Amino acid sequence: MLDRDVALIQRGRLVDVDCLLGSTEQAFHVAIRAGRIIDMVPAPVLMRSWTFGYRATPDAWTAFWQPMPKAGWHDLLALTKRSAATLEGDVRPFMTHLQYFKDLLALPRATGGVA
Amino acid sequence: MTALIEPIIGRYVHVDIDGTHHRIYFEEAGQGIPLVCLHTAGSDGRQWRYLLADPEFTKHYRIIAFDMPWHGKSNPPETWDGSEYQLTTARYTQTIRAFCAALALDKPVVMGCSIGGRIVLNLAIDHATEFRALVGLEAADFQAPWYDTSWLNRPDIHGGEVCAALVSGLVAPQSPAAARMETLWAYKQGGPGVFKGDLYFYRVDGDLRGRVETIDAKLCPLYLLTGEYDFSCTPEDTLRTAASIKGASVAIMEQLGHFPMSENPVQFRRYIAPVLDQIRQQ
Repeated sequence: MLDRDVALIQRGRLVDVDCLLGSTEQAFHVAIRAGRIIDMVPAPVLMRSWTFGYRATPDAWTAFWQPMPKAGWHDLLALTKRSAATLEGDVRPFMTHLQYFKDLLALPRATGGVA
Repeated sequence: MTALIEPIIGRYVHVDIDGTHHRIYFEEAGQGIPLVCLHTAGSDGRQWRYLLADPEFTKHYRIIAFDMPWHGKSNPPETWDGSEYQLTTARYTQTIRAFCAALALDKPVVMGCSIGGRIVLNLAIDHATEFRALVGLEAADFQAPWYDTSWLNRPDIHGGEVCAALVSGLVAPQSPAAARMETLWAYKQGGPGVFKGDLYFYRVDGDLRGRVETIDAKLCPLYLLTGEYDFSCTPEDTLRTAASIKGASVAIMEQLGHFPMSENPVQFRRYIAPVLDQIRQQ
């Protein structure tokens, strides 16, 4: 999905980070370089480090990825506020490129939540 | 001339606020009951442009939206030495009262959103007799913080980008794309540290828990309206606040977030028109 979003890749052209993204039940080590995902493998990977992690409950992702999400389930930080997600680690790259990560993690909305 | 020219007129008024001279930019349209509109933290009076351009409202109201000092076209005062901007309850209240006095407004209605909604509650507590009615959008006596404001002003992160990205989630997903982008644009344009400085009032200095119970809505009618998608000032925050104020009117606005007047003016109109009609008929 990201590869088809030229504008998002352009906005993320300075994003270079190894992060942990996914659900509280299954997260993925995601390597992003110049705004493109170049590697994504299920966690845990022995001794693999990550800079920041954003993990939400499976129910939270289902609600978040609805084409028109319900109030309180529509934003990454709405999920953390209601304790349906956690943001951990060194969050500086996440905050530096906050809109990029919001848009990246909302991409499945366009397909009704099918990643 | 065939070009569309909006009826909004912008001017500057010189205002003394707590002994400091300020040059305040304001826009206005219409005639009748003065209605002063207060923008959200880190933004400016452009948020109200749809209200100011609505002939059904300007037929009965002189609608005025001013940029707070440090915001929009209201520069910091000439005496500013570059020190950190920090809005306090006292300074915010003084600014509104001084602005209204400078324009010689007779018992204006004040409508504020977010920090503007919070300060409206403070006006209801301490200065109710000066106003014809008060309207708080996205207003509550307190709301739980959902991020660390130190991210808003630091040299290694673009302040405009992070401010806009943070508040982007407070816009309802139903809001038209153009209005969403325009709402966020104001955040991208804010001066360094201004949004953060406004939030000092919101987060630290302006906690009104335990004080709103003293509001007498008979003295000055009070209306509270909050968007269902606002997870900063949640509907529950507003309902809790309204429940502790005798006589307060409260409404939860569907398909709206934290910036109702700018993020979806058509949807906001459905909720604010009856309120303005009611105030006019009092």
